[in-house]
Amino acid sequence: MKFTLRIWRQKSREAPGKFVTYQVDGITPDMSFLEMLDVLNEELLARGEDPVAFEHDCREGICGSCGFLINGLAHGGRRGTTVCQLSMRFFKDGETLTLEPWRARAFPVVRDLIVDRSAFDRIIQAGGFISAPVGSAPDANAILVPKDIADTAFEAAACIGCGACVAACPNASAMLFTAAKLVHLNVLPQGQPQRYQRTLNMVAAMEAEGFGSCTNHGECAAVCPKEIPLEFIGRMNRDLRRAIFRRRFERWRDATQ
Amino acid sequence: MLDARIPSGPLEQKWEKCRFEMQLVSPANRRKYTIIVVGAGLAGASAAATLGQQGYRVHCFSYHDTPRRAHSIAAQGGINAAKNYRNDGDSVYRLFYDTIKGGDFRSREANVYRLAELSLNIIDQCVAQGVPFAREYGGLLDTRSFGGVQVQRTFYARGQTGQQLLLGAYQALQEQIAAGTVTMHTRTEMLDLVLIGGRVRGIITRDLLTGAIDAHVADAVVLATGGYSNVFYLSTNAKASNCTAIWRAYRRGALFANPCFTQIHPTCIPQSSEHQSKLTLMSESLRNDGRVWVPKKKGDTRPPNDIPEDERDYFLERRYPRFGNLVPRDLASRAAKEVCDEGRGVGPQGRGVYLDFADAIKRMGVEEVREKYGNIFDMYEKITGEDAYKVPMRIYPAPHYTMGGLWVDYHLMSNLPGLFVAGEANFSDHGANRLGASALMQGLADGYFILPATIPNYLATNSLEPVSVSHPAFSQAKAEVAERLQKLLKIRGRRSPDSFHRELGKLMWDKCGMTRSAQSLREALARLPELRQEFWENLALVGTGEELNQSLEKANRVSDFLELAELMCIDALHREESCGCHFRIESQTPDEEAKRDDERFCYVAAWEWKGPDRAPELHKEPLTFEYVHLTQRSYK
Repeated sequence: MKFTLRIWRQKSREAPGKFVTYQVDGITPDMSFLEMLDVLNEELLARGEDPVAFEHDCREGICGSCGFLINGLAHGGRRGTTVCQLSMRFFKDGETLTLEPWRARAFPVVRDLIVDRSAFDRIIQAGGFISAPVGSAPDANAILVPKDIADTAFEAAACIGCGACVAACPNASAMLFTAAKLVHLNVLPQGQPQRYQRTLNMVAAMEAEGFGSCTNHGECAAVCPKEIPLEFIGRMNRDLRRAIFRRRFERWRDATQ
Repeated sequence: MLDARIPSGPLEQKWEKCRFEMQLVSPANRRKYTIIVVGAGLAGASAAATLGQQGYRVHCFSYHDTPRRAHSIAAQGGINAAKNYRNDGDSVYRLFYDTIKGGDFRSREANVYRLAELSLNIIDQCVAQGVPFAREYGGLLDTRSFGGVQVQRTFYARGQTGQQLLLGAYQALQEQIAAGTVTMHTRTEMLDLVLIGGRVRGIITRDLLTGAIDAHVADAVVLATGGYSNVFYLSTNAKASNCTAIWRAYRRGALFANPCFTQIHPTCIPQSSEHQSKLTLMSESLRNDGRVWVPKKKGDTRPPNDIPEDERDYFLERRYPRFGNLVPRDLASRAAKEVCDEGRGVGPQGRGVYLDFADAIKRMGVEEVREKYGNIFDMYEKITGEDAYKVPMRIYPAPHYTMGGLWVDYHLMSNLPGLFVAGEANFSDHGANRLGASALMQGLADGYFILPATIPNYLATNSLEPVSVSHPAFSQAKAEVAERLQKLLKIRGRRSPDSFHRELGKLMWDKCGMTRSAQSLREALARLPELRQEFWENLALVGTGEELNQSLEKANRVSDFLELAELMCIDALHREESCGCHFRIESQTPDEEAKRDDERFCYVAAWEWKGPDRAPELHKEPLTFEYVHLTQRSYK
């Protein structure tokens, strides 16, 4: 198989970027998309040109390192698939493919197809945890978790933090990412004590990082390689409303006592 | 003589006794100590978070953009704990016994017993953090059985247990970062270790974005940098997994133990083409319900579903009637290789065996199979384009885990004072073969429980002089690191780092892989110096060291793999016995199983670096078995 690749090349955060066109040949249908880029990079190296920088690690769709837009679609647009697991058999021989990094104000470009996603870590730092210092845990079976709740928590916790949801959203919103972590922790019995403070803190951190708001496009869930459901954003908003109400109530109570 | 500092007294009381005898650091003094943790996988993140909770000043380093990417995330199957929630005869002692036996009697009794004990606390800790383990309808935790054992002691979160445990540790780490006790250094790779006055006092790192070489001072350093399966190029490890941190520590005097003990995992998707960049593992839990077979006839090219039952050879069930498809990984892998060598392998390259779920689907129904293994079946389909609910999967063994690693004592401290090693990076608990669902257990035991007890003891019992980065040892190490990188960049040859890595991997797979012989190892030892020389004369790189340069990172790691490979072969050649994953063709029982030689090799082989052109020196730590009787392992 042969492909024409238009790839976004940008040396550093400050440097201006542009599309550069490359041809690759001898690609087989069972190769993954990243293996095709490996072939291109080997050729570039042999010619003494800078290889295309892209992030990748596990190459089995779980570490969340990889991800860029292929023809405008995050991870190439195949349902439930990261770009590392996207095989070339899904493309037509001779096709032109345009590759560019995630585009979002909160994700500045580091180089070529690599962006800085550290904003996600700061959202987690704001409250994406259950405080359980080592040594303090009760017996594992002392905490009963109904199966449907455990399943919901798992479904939410399957998020790999790749950032496709942000890249696909016209507002560059991080609602699906934040909601996934909130639902994971907020449905579990262990997560109850910090539930509302966590919700307020994480939503505030998300806004402070410069992510946009949700206007219900649903693009995020459509491209999510772990198929995190859109409905989780609704659950997050319900918890947020409750949290705001509780905070107002507490202020009113304190003021009137 | 190596002192493993194993406490005296009965096995069950050793850890308790050790903990009581250790000195403590008072809460007010803890913030005066700086601890460096290199690596943020299960072992590193859990250690950094826990030491942070205790109040130490922790600096944690990761070459990833965030600690949540570490390769622990890819572990699928589960984590063992001797809870006996199933009332099926499990106990701490049984987990201990299974691990010693599974490791083919090449691990320390005291370490393994402690691991089995701590397995109980690990599950408690993870549940408290909100790890969404699989549950029964009554809300209790579900468990399943896993490779090589007869009890159901494996806790799991679908096929993503490693991900969920890592996220638990990651979240605990993020909480500490927010609290200011842990400083996280992402996209920063450790390239050297610094010793002052015989003690480890810091590390040298390279900032992967700017190329800046920096020195960091500490009172103790923890390496939790994972294993070295990528020496084989094609492995189930993530692409960036490397040996650089432990190898540079070895070159500074840390002993490297049992480097030849590398595990080949039986259930991976077979290689399909020359361009393949990695092998994908499928959880071994598949062997609970899948049946492994090949056609009885050589070169049988009929589609699997057209081969009648009596023309199939269920070779694991035939050879090991008692354990069947659940035999330990080394036996399953070797048996698969043997049937393929006989010409009965399946798939395009003839390097594969079937893993068939037809019977399981008949017994449990498609829905239950989907519930248990759905995500793995989906992944298989994505990669191969085949539907495993309809046709059997094809599997083949692949390098997966390295039991060898830096030598550590009972406190997980290396022979270099102040250098602690945790998780896969150390050699400690799995002997010559690791049982399934034990890696996650060991990483978390080391990080949550052992290091947070032993590091304070080291700090409290040693008076450490204050040092700063202006010390000549730091500037010299920095200069050496910079010089090595410059040397790589100046070669300007014609071969890419990957091309050297592929050749190295093929050599190691052929000569020092699933089976080894004195002849194959000697051939590898003859070829390796030539390959290394060619690398240093003909490596192609572009760009500079003062920017994000992924080829430079790769070349630097490959340069270390090229050296480590030689040590692996030296170790494999010297160990003239078969044990666990180390199968020497010369040492077999009459029915072609691995034959140990306890008279001559019942020890840990710890190697000391003696310089670039000199043979390493072997130190032996004898292994004594007071509780488990040394037997020839049999799963028949």
